[in-house]
Amino acid sequence: MSRQRTKPATPRRNTLPLHVIASVVGLFMVIPVVYALLGGFKDNSELSGNPFGLPESWITANYTDVLGSGSFWLQVWNSTFIAVITTVLTVALAALAGFVFARFAFRGRELFFTLFTAGLMFPFAVAILPIFVLLRTFGLLDNPLGVILTQAAFGLPLTIIILRGFFRSIPGEIEEAATIDGCTPFGFFWRILLPMARPAIATVSVLAVVGSWNNFMLPLVVFSEESSWTLPLGIQQFQGQYASDTARILAYLILAMVPALGFYAIAERHLVGGLTAGATKG
Amino acid sequence: MTTLTRGPEAVKLPAPAPAARRRGRWVSIVLFLLPALVLFLMLVVAPMLVAIYSSVFKWNGFGGLPTDFIGLDNFTRLFTSEIFAQDLWHLAVLVLLSIFVQLPFSLAIAMLLNQRIRGRALYRVLFFAPYVLSEVITGVLFSLILSPGSGMANQLLSVFGWESEWLADPNTVMPSLFLVMTWKYFGFHMMIYLAGRQNIPNELIEAAQIDGATGWKTFRHVTLPLLGPTIRISVFLSVIYTIQLFDLVWILTGGGPSHSSETMAVTMMDWGFKRSQVGYASAISVVMFGLSLVFALLYQRFVMRRDLEGATTSAGGRP
Repeated sequence: MSRQRTKPATPRRNTLPLHVIASVVGLFMVIPVVYALLGGFKDNSELSGNPFGLPESWITANYTDVLGSGSFWLQVWNSTFIAVITTVLTVALAALAGFVFARFAFRGRELFFTLFTAGLMFPFAVAILPIFVLLRTFGLLDNPLGVILTQAAFGLPLTIIILRGFFRSIPGEIEEAATIDGCTPFGFFWRILLPMARPAIATVSVLAVVGSWNNFMLPLVVFSEESSWTLPLGIQQFQGQYASDTARILAYLILAMVPALGFYAIAERHLVGGLTAGATKG
Repeated sequence: MTTLTRGPEAVKLPAPAPAARRRGRWVSIVLFLLPALVLFLMLVVAPMLVAIYSSVFKWNGFGGLPTDFIGLDNFTRLFTSEIFAQDLWHLAVLVLLSIFVQLPFSLAIAMLLNQRIRGRALYRVLFFAPYVLSEVITGVLFSLILSPGSGMANQLLSVFGWESEWLADPNTVMPSLFLVMTWKYFGFHMMIYLAGRQNIPNELIEAAQIDGATGWKTFRHVTLPLLGPTIRISVFLSVIYTIQLFDLVWILTGGGPSHSSETMAVTMMDWGFKRSQVGYASAISVVMFGLSLVFALLYQRFVMRRDLEGATTSAGGRP
């Protein structure tokens, strides 16, 4: 995203009202999270009597209990594993297909490409029942592979479109030079195209990671055994289990936010760039 | 669109024997394309077709493909069902609230953060942050905050002598749901608008100001029209998302109280997984798909046509 400096609309205008509005919206955004963060350090009676102030005594048990429980870490691991494998698979398959769509001319190319782009129009929720039946038939329920393969399949359209666009922008002369030097098509793809496409690869990878990490509907129907739960399933279950222990749920929520917000901090540019490019350039 | 593409055959080279070369080319095409194609056909296209197919059967989801053909009975039952009518009503409410409240709000904040005010980079990061949190985290957090009785929101509002049942009251559940959706998603639309605004050359804005246009007039007659394509895209994304809305509702209310916040996807999951009426649930999913498709086609045909014809690129100079 180009960060073009915008000049002030009118120089030296009083910006105080703008600051007030921005701060009010900022409070609206921050208060729920701060409430949860502080609430995690309170006990439940204090939480209902003193929801906003600092804790009278900082109780760390809520946080340490969650961090000490095996199930939280297992869910973090499951979510991470599924997100990483989904991303690698999506990007690898989409890069190969995008390469074909970008650099080869053959009959039926537009037909296949249109088929993939039409996939953008298929809402995931519509297919969930047949996918469940299909995964059950192949014995992929309660198997991470069931979630990984499905997520990858639904991630292909957008990833192929973005990567194809990028591959097409790489000049043909580079490919000619590589071919003269004896590069096979795959050699060109692997040794030249992919390294050049690193920014685009980063963008689609970040989108795939976030999509997988936050996915709820698919793991909800695929995983019934606790050992395969991802974080979203674990959070939902935790809320059901400790329904009256609000402070403990708040601590769980805060700890579950950390990986997502940490990833956002690292990958903010790619994430925002990818989302807005996907939206504004179709 | 494809004329710029240069396939390897454009390369003028002392190639290996043409036949072998051509065969090698096809082998590459097939090998590279096949994995993605197989996965896509198996897990996207086929389930889509099965969903459509099974919507005309009575089926509990077991024993291979369905066999108990009942024609359009599932659809008749659906269109006479009161819950489904409520689903459509909730969709309309959320779409209207999104278009007339959430998106203008996002636009206003985007314009605000486009000014040179201190801390705007921080605000931008902050407002977008909830978008990366999962729907489950957001949903559970707000179900605690909005819990009737002594939830945090009620304690906050009790200062003003006001309180609400929020998600537990059929009359306030939709506005409460919309509040949570706005918390989570307005930053996304704000980012889109900011990106769109940065594609508008500042010269145009400055020219209007030199001609004596006030801030509001500049926005109304210069910035807003030039943001048209961006706004139309964000409306499109918002509507498509709302048609499929599931996660947040499932976590926050489960569709309740007594179906007063139910969406089509929630109804579908309810019938498909809780009551094993997969045929009927498939009919719901087909309607969801049909709605998305019809909306997308009509919208692109009538609303976004100018954008797709490249009006965005000519906005720089020609009127």
